[in-house]
Amino acid sequence: MIRLKALTKSYGDVTALDRLDLEVRPGELFAFLGPNGAGKSTTIRILNGITRLDSGEAFIGGVDITREPLRAKRLCGMVAQHNSLDGELTVAENLEIHGRLFGMGRKERKESAEEHLRYVEMEDRSGALAKTLSGGLRRRLMIARALVHRPRLLFLDEPTVGLDPAIRKRIWSLIKSINKEGVTVFLTTHYIEEAEFLADRVAFMNKGRLVESGAPQDVMDGLGRWAVDSFGDGGMATRFFAKRSDAADYILTLEGSGSVRRVNLEDAFLSLTGRRVS
Amino acid sequence: MIAPLLAVYLREMLLMKHRLKRQILSMSVSPFLYMTAFGYALGRAVSVGERGYLEFLVPGLIAMASMTQAFSIAAEINSARFYIHAIEEFQAAPVSPLSFVLGETLAGLTRAFMAMAVVALLGLAFGVRLHYGPWLAVAAFLNAFAFSSLAVALAMVLKTHADQALLSNFIITPMAFLGGTFFPLDALPVWAQKILAFLPLSHASKAIRADAFGEPASPAPFLILAVCAALFFLLAIATVKRARD
Repeated sequence: MIRLKALTKSYGDVTALDRLDLEVRPGELFAFLGPNGAGKSTTIRILNGITRLDSGEAFIGGVDITREPLRAKRLCGMVAQHNSLDGELTVAENLEIHGRLFGMGRKERKESAEEHLRYVEMEDRSGALAKTLSGGLRRRLMIARALVHRPRLLFLDEPTVGLDPAIRKRIWSLIKSINKEGVTVFLTTHYIEEAEFLADRVAFMNKGRLVESGAPQDVMDGLGRWAVDSFGDGGMATRFFAKRSDAADYILTLEGSGSVRRVNLEDAFLSLTGRRVS
Repeated sequence: MIAPLLAVYLREMLLMKHRLKRQILSMSVSPFLYMTAFGYALGRAVSVGERGYLEFLVPGLIAMASMTQAFSIAAEINSARFYIHAIEEFQAAPVSPLSFVLGETLAGLTRAFMAMAVVALLGLAFGVRLHYGPWLAVAAFLNAFAFSSLAVALAMVLKTHADQALLSNFIITPMAFLGGTFFPLDALPVWAQKILAFLPLSHASKAIRADAFGEPASPAPFLILAVCAALFFLLAIATVKRARD
């Protein structure tokens, strides 16, 4: 669905993307992980035609985004990291404008808008001004808007940032169901648990480079299944073990305190880059 | 091309619909004050040629309204870029720069014609009866088209929301005061007239005033306005193309 070859983007002296190669398969729920400034949003912005690439190639559904940008855009929906709704327009008007931007006919627009408002459980809010909605409802409306023209690929740029845990889980379930209906989802996040819960495959970005990719469990299995965090004079240290019993034995040898937990993607990222994602 | 163009236009119109009363009131304030202060009060003692000053002023205010309201689309684009990020919604949609510029320019034209109607009605209320013929409409259209396009072009190159004030201070205010709205440019020295001939509003005021007074239309102002409109429109397309970071 997405194929990137040596994608490069710089802002002045800062290299945001450094010869990025990446492939996302149709129907996948793909999570792009990395700390702020790793190049995740830049990748999404390039793929959506908001930012220009410096060099390299990018294809969406086999369409070259630099040669046929309008055709490539028709295949994509995007939910930006920040609120990009027209606050002074109603919920229905926001969807109406979006449908028109994508060249949909009147009947198709109306039916799709109603269907997607039902999908995000907002059918009773169609007359409300977008600026009167809560943060969670705005995010759901942005997702509905991105789906109105029935894209094959949905980009979600930090879809749950700033939302409380209950609303975050509701958005997760929405993302899962969108993906189950056959839409390829490309998600960026710096919430580790979000990627672990949602993604079929993850990719780690660090300083504009891809450092690792694979199924979440495979990426974590490279370290072991269990981690022991210990606290001593040198600060906090983490060691990994394949078996829980080995981890428990190790704790008994510690002079300071320690605790056992499951290995997570944060551990994998930290071991690869020396940096934390979140 | 047509559907996205209409989407861009419709968005602006829906925004205007939600604040229509405020918008019309705001379009009325400046012309009302100018007509009261310069026309009704001060203008009683002043005449321009054989006409009273208020009669001279109203066509100038029509030209000025067509400029300021068409140009006000810059503030909407600015807000869409820096506050609500709606521009990214357009950039991520299959909307060509041509469709975007045409949609915004049409919105500027609509605002301009609404504002001109407000000025004409206010003029009537002040007892000024003018000839509102087709050449006045053509001149106003060209002027509004030029300034809408210029608004799009400049709004897309601003770096911050605060820069919006610069556009008013350096373009609109000088143009409004020196573009033949408040005094006849013929009364100025020749060197000053030559400089002010570079302002599109000078030509709009001239053409609109001539038609409003029932005088024959001279082709030169129309030609100059059409050239400005075409240049600014091309500039707008170029800046929209370059706006991707």
